[in-house]
Amino acid sequence: MSKVVSLAEAIRDHVPDGASVALGCALEPAVPFSAVHELIRQGKRDLALIGPISDIAFDMLIGAGCVASVTMAWAGNVSAGLGHCYRRAMEQGIPRRVRVFDHSNFTIAQALLAGALGAPYLPTRTLLGSDIPAANGTFKEASSPFDGSPLLLIPAITPDVTILACQRADADGNAHQWGPWGVSQEAALAARTVIVIAEAVVGRAVIASDPNRTIVPALKVGAVVEEPGACHPSPLQGRYARDHEFFHEYHRATRDVPGFERWIAEWVTGVPDRAAYLRKLDGRWAALAAPGEPAAEATF
Amino acid sequence: MEITAGEVMVAQAAREIADGEVVFVGMRLPLIAFVVAKRTHAPNATGLFELGVVRDTPSAELLYTMGDTPNVAGATWCARTIDLMGLLQRGDVDAGFIGGAEIDRHGNLNTTAIGADRQHPTVQLPGGGGGADIASLAKRLIVIMPHDRRRLREHVDFVTSPGYGSGSDWRRSVGLPRGGPSVLITTLGVFRFTGGEAVLESYHAHSSEADCIANTGWPLRVASEVRMTEPPSAEVLAIIREYDPEGFWTRRGES
Repeated sequence: MSKVVSLAEAIRDHVPDGASVALGCALEPAVPFSAVHELIRQGKRDLALIGPISDIAFDMLIGAGCVASVTMAWAGNVSAGLGHCYRRAMEQGIPRRVRVFDHSNFTIAQALLAGALGAPYLPTRTLLGSDIPAANGTFKEASSPFDGSPLLLIPAITPDVTILACQRADADGNAHQWGPWGVSQEAALAARTVIVIAEAVVGRAVIASDPNRTIVPALKVGAVVEEPGACHPSPLQGRYARDHEFFHEYHRATRDVPGFERWIAEWVTGVPDRAAYLRKLDGRWAALAAPGEPAAEATF
Repeated sequence: MEITAGEVMVAQAAREIADGEVVFVGMRLPLIAFVVAKRTHAPNATGLFELGVVRDTPSAELLYTMGDTPNVAGATWCARTIDLMGLLQRGDVDAGFIGGAEIDRHGNLNTTAIGADRQHPTVQLPGGGGGADIASLAKRLIVIMPHDRRRLREHVDFVTSPGYGSGSDWRRSVGLPRGGPSVLITTLGVFRFTGGEAVLESYHAHSSEADCIANTGWPLRVASEVRMTEPPSAEVLAIIREYDPEGFWTRRGES
C-alpha cells in the first residue's frame, strides 16, 4: 500500500498540536529541515521536541513559538555557537517559556532504545555525579540488584511521531539510510508512527537488494514523502555536503527578534515548499552536490 | 605568521594522544588535534565520533561538524550513537576531549547554563551533548577551553560533566567506574590534575605564570617545575595550517 503523500499532508495528518516529535536524530547530518519549515508554516503549537543535537532545527522551532518543551543533550548552532532563539526563550521567555528536559547523548539514546524495546527504562553508569539527572527530573537513582553498584535508571521515551530523512525509501516506507545513524533507528522504532522523507522513492526491488541498509521497516511508517534536498543546510551522505555558511548566516541574522522574523519570512513562510526553497538557493544548491564513491558490491 | 593560542592548544592536545589509543574526538580544536596526532606520533590511534563514526585515518577535509560528509568517507564503521557510547561505558575508550564554558579546580564542567535556576538561566548555553558521557566514562578526560576568571571559577553554577567532584575519592563514592580529567588546556596554559585538583604545569609563550594565576578564580596551585609550554614544531604548524588554512577553528580566539 502506497503511503506517499506531500510533506504538507504528512505534517497535517501526523503532527497535531501538542505532539511529541523526534527529529534530527542522526545528530548533525540528515536533519529534516524541510519538515521543520513545514511545521512552522502550519503554525504548530505546544510541540514536545525530542532529539540529541538537532543543530539549528530546534532553535528555529523555538523561535517560531511552536515548542512547549525540548528533550535534548545540546541545542544551538553546531559550527557557529549559541542558538539565539533558544537563549531568548530560556532567558527572557521570548516568544514563550520552554521547559527543558536535559539529557546527555547517551541517556537520550538509552531512553529511545528503551522505548524501542518496549522496556520501561535502561540502567546506566553515565552521569553519576552530574547535575543533569536532578535537572531532568525523570531519572531515578538505584543500585544494581546484582552487585549493589550505583545506577541511574533512564525512563523510556516514546515519541508520538519520529521524522526521519533518508536517501531512498519504497512507497510503503521501507527506508534506506546510510552515513551515521545517531539515535535515528531507536527513535523510529520507539515512535507510534514515522514520517519518512526520502530523496527518492524507489521500487521495492531496490530496497530488497540490500536489506541491511534499511533503518526502519514499513510496518512502523505512516507516511512517505519524496522530497529532494529536504535536509539542506545539513548534509546527506552520498547526496550533498553541509552548507556551513548557511548556518553562520542564520547565526548572524537571528541575533534579535526582528532579524529572526525577517529570516523566517525569507526562507520559511516566504516560500511555499522545498522545491521553491531550492530554486531560491539557485547555484548555491548545485555547488553542494557530493555524490561520493560507490560501495563495494555485496550479493544476497 | 604569528602562532595563535588555538595552535598552541591543538599541539598540546595532540601530545595527549598516545599511539594506539582509542579516542573520543569531539568537536572544534580536538578535531584538528586528532589529525596532528595521527600524522605525527600516533599513527595507530583510532578516532570515535559520537554520532556513530569510527575512523583510523584523518578526514581529507576540514570538519565543521563531526557529521560532515568527509568524516564518513573513509570511515571504518558507521554505527549508532548507542554502539559508541556502549564502548565508552564498557571501558574500551582510553581518552576523550571536551570543552566547557565554566570549570572549577576539581575539573567539574558546566556547559548547560549560567545562573542559579536551571529553568530560568542568566545565560543559556547549548548543553553537554556527549561531553558528560565522555567525562563520566572515558579512562581519562582532556579538557580544552578559553581561559578567564569568569570561566575558571571557584564553583560552577551547574555540573554538566563531572570531574573529581569535591576531591580525589569523589568519583568512586558516586559510582563512576573510572576516569576523570587528566589535563586542562586553556588559552593561557596547561594544568595537570594531581589529587583531583588542577595544578599549573606550563604557561604558553604568549602568557606567563602570573597571567595564569591572575585569570583563575581560585587560589591556583603551581607545579614546582613550572615551565613554558612547548611551542608547536614547524611540522605540526604546517599540518594545522594545511588542514585549517583559513584558521576557522585555530584563529577564532577561543576553543
